[in-house]
Amino acid sequence: MKRLLYELTESFRIAFAQIRANKLRSVLTALGVIIGIVAVTLMGTAIRGIDTGFNKSLAMLGDDVLYVQKWPWGGVEDWWNYANRPPIRPEDADKLNHIIEQTPNSLLEVAVPVSTRGNSVKAGENKVSGVFTIGTTADYGRLISADFSEGRLFNDTEAAGGRPVCVLGFDVAEALFQNRSSIDQTVMIGGHPFTVIGVVAKQGSFLGLFSFDNQAILPLEAFRKYFSVRRGAEIRVKITDKTRVADAREELTGAMRRVRAQLPGERDNFNINEQGAFKAQLDPIKQGIALAGLFITGLSLFVGAIGIMNITFVSVKERTKEIGTRKALGARRRTILLQFLIEAVSICLIGGFVGLGLTYGLVLAVGAAFPAIPVEFSVSLVFISMAVSILTGIISGFAPAWGASRLDPVVALRYE
Amino acid sequence: MIPSQVPAAGRLTRPAGPLVIDIAGVTKLYEMGEETIHALRGVSVQIHRNEYLAIMGPSGSGKSTLMNMLGCLDTPTAGRYEFNGKSVASMIDDELADIRNREIGFVFQTFNLLPRSTALANVELPLIYAGYAPAERRARAIHALENVGLGSRLHHKPNELSGGQRQRVAIARALVNSPSIILADEPTGNLDSKTGVEIMALFEQLYEQGNTLIVVTHEEDIARHARRIVRLRDGLIESDGSVY
Repeated sequence: MKRLLYELTESFRIAFAQIRANKLRSVLTALGVIIGIVAVTLMGTAIRGIDTGFNKSLAMLGDDVLYVQKWPWGGVEDWWNYANRPPIRPEDADKLNHIIEQTPNSLLEVAVPVSTRGNSVKAGENKVSGVFTIGTTADYGRLISADFSEGRLFNDTEAAGGRPVCVLGFDVAEALFQNRSSIDQTVMIGGHPFTVIGVVAKQGSFLGLFSFDNQAILPLEAFRKYFSVRRGAEIRVKITDKTRVADAREELTGAMRRVRAQLPGERDNFNINEQGAFKAQLDPIKQGIALAGLFITGLSLFVGAIGIMNITFVSVKERTKEIGTRKALGARRRTILLQFLIEAVSICLIGGFVGLGLTYGLVLAVGAAFPAIPVEFSVSLVFISMAVSILTGIISGFAPAWGASRLDPVVALRYE
Repeated sequence: MIPSQVPAAGRLTRPAGPLVIDIAGVTKLYEMGEETIHALRGVSVQIHRNEYLAIMGPSGSGKSTLMNMLGCLDTPTAGRYEFNGKSVASMIDDELADIRNREIGFVFQTFNLLPRSTALANVELPLIYAGYAPAERRARAIHALENVGLGSRLHHKPNELSGGQRQRVAIARALVNSPSIILADEPTGNLDSKTGVEIMALFEQLYEQGNTLIVVTHEEDIARHARRIVRLRDGLIESDGSVY
């Protein structure tokens, strides 16, 4: 056991001496591995970044909110089965709330109607187009986790009275009023005047696609007054227990069927969506990226491994006489095998560290240059890339090292 | 028989100790394509502790094959080979490696030092394979180098040493594990005659210190330093006798 330890230490010493002695050769060989490791780690970073960004975005949607809508998320092929469904009406939310109140131990907390459309918002000369306008009730405050950078949400009275007040998303407020306070300013939303009573703090975007800060929240009654709700609304239902989403969903389905007065055996004429569905949507994309990544990574590592194998074969050939000498001095097969394996692994490890450093730099650079792109460097990446490096070294070094360990000492000693 | 010379005055001959190497009826065949080469055709030789033996013979006599056999680098095709009472003929690679490590100290014609390692590291090498701890390795290696007169060259690499010094490092390496025999293959073959004489003087000193030496050579002058000469021809022992 001790002997093995000494042999290992000696092998590492020799390996690094060899690498030092053949700097250029080692660097060129390691290049393949460096590229491979950069590919591995970048891919990991990208997938992780997407994951993180996605989870952050989902948290903004609220992981304790169910969406009652006409259409399921993510598109359907048999669209004709959905097109004729009756639209979701804001009034359905009141009925749902009524049912929720009557249900003991309900898993549902509150149902909030939400109507949406795109509007332009103006204040004086400044104009923001395509603002996501939401008409909802005061209960909306219970759905969102975001804070207000200033002001507040409208209250029940303001909502019920359809008062012309609004809450702006951070970006909208900033575009219209720059550094001034937006409170009590009048803005024109879709050509109708509203008084700003609050601004939601900056939330970021959903997967960098859809900004939560580009919105305006109005009382539903005011929304209804100026904009059509005939296209239908959606109802967001907050649940009491995140761990029982499936049960809550079932309860909501039952409640909604009662609201819709659907007969038993009839198919639901509404859909209950949840953020979990997005996950299902994203998984194939992630898998696609991972698969493509695996292919690129595998290819680059394969090329790197061939380089290592080649250089190890050369190294064995060059040092045949040395192998003979070592065998004459008492090196066992294992000793020789380990020596060349460790040499291959050492080059790979150096390549791995360099690759990791490059990736780290790249990630920092990308993060600084494009904050919207979700990238994240992690400790597990370090371990993964080290493991991949070692594995590459072992796989590519094994054949030559095995050959070296099997050399006949008489033949090896005679080799010139 | 080649006539023996009168030994130098006062030359010490140590009494032979216990049997170390016992070879009986050893043959070795090589397949070279279609041809079968009989490198050894039945060689028997016994070597005792404290002997100083030279193996001589022209090229093709089986001298190298016998040396490889004695050094446990190779195993016989047939015949008996016992090293310190243990049968070597049937040993597997790793067992042979252990015997070479503990029982045999090799000295090569081309020195065979690791070029990028210091003298000290070169001498430590067999001790690594023997499983000695670093501190003890170092102490023994330093002692061995001092014994061959290189105490001041511990940290020199082979290319910073003269040929004679390199061979001394190799001899220190051969000695460091206190082997049963020192096996030297043309130890002066790559040295000028003056340095060769120095190396042979060192061998004489090692012999007087109680080491067992086997020198393989084709040079009569070198062989005459030994106390006993085994001459080979065509894979057979032609003569085996003491040097007077």
